[in-house]
Amino acid sequence: MDTFDWVATAVKILIVLVPLLSVAPVMAWVERRGSALMQNRKGPNRIGPLGLLQSIPDAIKFMGKEDPIPGHVEKFYYVLAPLASLIVPFLTFAVIPFASSMTIDGRVINFQIADLNVGFLFILAVGSLGVYGIIMAGWSSNNKYALLGSLRSSSQMISYELSMGLSVIGIVMAFSTVHLGEIARAQGEVLMTLGPLTIPKWGIFIQPLGFLIFLTTAFAETNRLPFDLPEGESELVAGYHLEYGSMKFALFMMAEYMNMAVASGFIASLYFGGWQMLPGMHSVLDVLGLSGLTFDIVRVAFEALSFLLKLCFFMWFFVWVRWTLPRFRYDQLMDFGWKVLLPLSLANIFITGVMIYYRWY
Amino acid sequence: MLVKHKKSIWYEFYVIDIAKGLFITMRNMLFAPNVTIEYPEVRRNYSDRFRGMHYIKSVNGVENCTACMLCPTVCPAECIHIEAGERPDKEKYPVKFEVDLLRCCFCGMCEEACPKDAIKLSNIYEMSVSQRTVYDKSYLAEQRGNK
Ligand code: SF4
Ligand code: SF4
Repeated sequence: MDTFDWVATAVKILIVLVPLLSVAPVMAWVERRGSALMQNRKGPNRIGPLGLLQSIPDAIKFMGKEDPIPGHVEKFYYVLAPLASLIVPFLTFAVIPFASSMTIDGRVINFQIADLNVGFLFILAVGSLGVYGIIMAGWSSNNKYALLGSLRSSSQMISYELSMGLSVIGIVMAFSTVHLGEIARAQGEVLMTLGPLTIPKWGIFIQPLGFLIFLTTAFAETNRLPFDLPEGESELVAGYHLEYGSMKFALFMMAEYMNMAVASGFIASLYFGGWQMLPGMHSVLDVLGLSGLTFDIVRVAFEALSFLLKLCFFMWFFVWVRWTLPRFRYDQLMDFGWKVLLPLSLANIFITGVMIYYRWY
Repeated sequence: MLVKHKKSIWYEFYVIDIAKGLFITMRNMLFAPNVTIEYPEVRRNYSDRFRGMHYIKSVNGVENCTACMLCPTVCPAECIHIEAGERPDKEKYPVKFEVDLLRCCFCGMCEEACPKDAIKLSNIYEMSVSQRTVYDKSYLAEQRGNK
């Protein structure tokens, strides 16, 4: 690696890190405001226009609070747990491509921090480390409710990870690669043309069942409603972060939102064309009539914007579903994971195999 | 007993119902009116029968109360304390009239029992104070409503 690579990598890290860190405050506002509107309330609207600055006093409040460590906890793991759950989304987002490549001085830059050849297997592998943060939090808290919450969480994540991994296999079979950049590129191809309408080869069109399974398991993996069993207030007080307060609790919250961001980015790049431009953007780009380096920069900006919009849609979808669906009971959750999603994802693999055998795509 | 209903395959396949639910929340979010009352700026209109802060009605600057002791008798919380006295014109009147609002349950019995239309419960509901106070006669004599 020479200077050029270092600078490019640093810029890419900056492009990813800054939005990722601001996900939590923005989403906290979206969540509160969105839920309020859905329930015919107004939500926070006092600080800043539309209450947009609400997160700043919230952050100040979190930082200003006393941060006690209860006497009965295992200190080392207790402090480590929020960090462990926060690191995972940072690591996983590194392999998600947010734009295609561009060439500067004859050198190709891939807009993806780490261009790993194991691709999204890395996300699945590292993403499952997220459960360690939760288990550590529950176990070290030395509190029965926290422990129950973390046990629930671990069993839930392990059961749903299985279906998640299996549902993605359909995508691997269809595109014959695990490399996320390749998958995003392949989704630019044309699947079919219906008159004036061109349907791209997005994952959702060739893997609708796989998409549904993946979406459901993504909710379970991020511990969001309707699968927020680890946190059930009514039966577990607050679940695994019961003994945490102040900034440590805020870290758990940030980790949850960033996990949502990673899941949304993952869904977008596997099933919604990743950085492939949204319909209409191509014609805008043609109208601008740029060339050379400016064209490349504008194109990359458009692609990043498309990716961002897709990601935002799924972030919003997480919120939307949370305020629509009731929670599962725990046995229903397990039934659903093992008896419905697992067979369905196996069936999906079989169907994909058949379709590939007959060369339907 | 667990009753099992037969459900169609589409019912079991929740995706359609979830989509319907999502549609309903979105419709509520975009089109339904807000029911929030933004309190300090907008206040809710309570009915005239609302039972809030007490006051003693007076006519021409003289309170109606004749210290008949009906209200302290009927009060379930026993929070009205009256000491009766005599005016120069031989009229009976309360020398002391205290209501301990912290014990009051705002049942309105005093208002109902009063034969002279003296004790009234107004529409005022913002009664939080920073220390425990017993409201005395001079305070209660302020006309806070028009009942
Ligand atoms: S409202 Fe009821 S409790 Fe309060 S002073 Fe009157 S009678 Fe007593
Ligand atoms: S019932 Fe009416 S007149 Fe009698 S003491 Fe109470 S306030 Fe005075």
